[in-house]
Amino acid sequence: MTEIVYVHQSGQRQHVQAGESETVMHAAVSNFVDGIVGECGGDLSCATCHVFVDEGWAGKVGTPSPDEEAMLEAVAVEPTQFSRLSCQLKCNANLNGLIVHVPEAQ
Amino acid sequence: MVTEAPRVPSTDHVVIVGAGQAGSDAAAALRMAGHQGPITMIGDEPHLPYSRPPLSKAFLLGEVDEGGLILRSAESYRDHEIEILTEARVSSVNSTERHVVLDDGTIVPYDKLILATGGRPRSLPNPELSAARNVFTLRSARDASLIRQHLSQARRMVVIGGGYIGLEMASVARSLGVDVTLLETNPRLLSRVTSPVVSDFFRQLHQDEGVEIRLDVCIDKFVTDDAGNFESLYLTDGTKVEADFLIAGIGLVPNTELALGAGLKVDNGILVNEYLQTSNPDIYAIGDVARYPDQQHGGLSRLESVPNASAQARRVAANLTGDCLPFNSVPWFWSDQFDVKLQVVGLSRGYDELVVRPDPSRARAITVFYLKGGVVISADIANSPKDFAFAKKLVAAGAVVDSALLANAAIPLRDLVPLPAAI
Repeated sequence: MTEIVYVHQSGQRQHVQAGESETVMHAAVSNFVDGIVGECGGDLSCATCHVFVDEGWAGKVGTPSPDEEAMLEAVAVEPTQFSRLSCQLKCNANLNGLIVHVPEAQ
Repeated sequence: MVTEAPRVPSTDHVVIVGAGQAGSDAAAALRMAGHQGPITMIGDEPHLPYSRPPLSKAFLLGEVDEGGLILRSAESYRDHEIEILTEARVSSVNSTERHVVLDDGTIVPYDKLILATGGRPRSLPNPELSAARNVFTLRSARDASLIRQHLSQARRMVVIGGGYIGLEMASVARSLGVDVTLLETNPRLLSRVTSPVVSDFFRQLHQDEGVEIRLDVCIDKFVTDDAGNFESLYLTDGTKVEADFLIAGIGLVPNTELALGAGLKVDNGILVNEYLQTSNPDIYAIGDVARYPDQQHGGLSRLESVPNASAQARRVAANLTGDCLPFNSVPWFWSDQFDVKLQVVGLSRGYDELVVRPDPSRARAITVFYLKGGVVISADIANSPKDFAFAKKLVAAGAVVDSALLANAAIPLRDLVPLPAAI
């Protein structure tokens, strides 16, 4: 299991145990993390699973593909250099403890 | 129709009939919005609620299994005190006594009821196919599993219907090396949902990939073997089409029987008001079955799509927990066929101007905008996620854009998106 920490706008932190190779989006949806929608189920079609990766983790999650970069333009809240679509972040042992910030809107 | 904003005490028992995307998302959204009362979700399939879009895509290709489709785990529902009844069929709704009756006689009382009953695929009406074990429609994981088995053994498949399901099936089958003939009664593909230019784009794509497409055809008769299985069919022009199995993708029939039995207003779907409330104020309807007043496009809409089901689920949960607003979501759709991802935002019905935005730098890509009275109401975008990103913003903003600018690929779409109004 990989622990993912979702930080809400309120500052509340929600700890979720994600399965091996489960995506950060699916772990959020499955565990009722409010604010991450994932309408397309991870097909890189909708841009409704936007998160800001915590600065301390930014170097460990890799970089977005060109298609993900393009879809990041569609997110509801202005993206930053830490923006990712969480359907593209697969859980693994190296990401145990990963902290992501949930945006105000999807 | 009741138009007054509804409000639900937090101790109410909410019963959800239908355990698909809409049902599961509504249950989850109710809990996330702080609903305290009991929630019961009733579904007739053996599985926990799962994602259907991959059924005609990744699941058929074997890239994801049934477990990978599950939306939320059993533990999650349990942790959030959501009761799920699987393989349970609701036989009637008693709106006077406010309970539903299951077909084993169990009575489940409700304070508020959400009908998320979805639809069933329209099947071919031909009685000669009634015993055929190689004729399929696609809606459930079970359907997809059966089709997957046939795809792995078959050489030739015939698809009836040139809509999204038919085209996605054709794409998967070709990718697996199966010969495909696709029959469509209309003179073009996707005729119900898109413009001729996009229809042509997909015809070309499928023909390039070896799909034999027959448009504007009528089926004269089906021929079955001794066991009653489909063997071939004849078109009215005399052409014979043989195949190992047949798939019909000819539309969805909304499951409105329970609503009718409960005396709710039904007309090609369960009629709801802007709060997604049926003609009975204690009963709501969402997802593929709900026909709602469309704030974006006018008139009534009933959309068969996951984003719509999901957005309505979230809206109904908010409405039931006090954050009451009319449903007003920009619809969007997607489809994967071969190496083309189609993304659609808005509904193009009633457009009076069509703009093709050319981009010679990309193969198998097209971006088409639809305008009505100068307003961008919809866009069909193939293989250009960046265009889709901005098209979504243009449609959501109801932007008025000069069509010459939209057609000029040298002008970035980003520059055409109106800035949010200053407060």
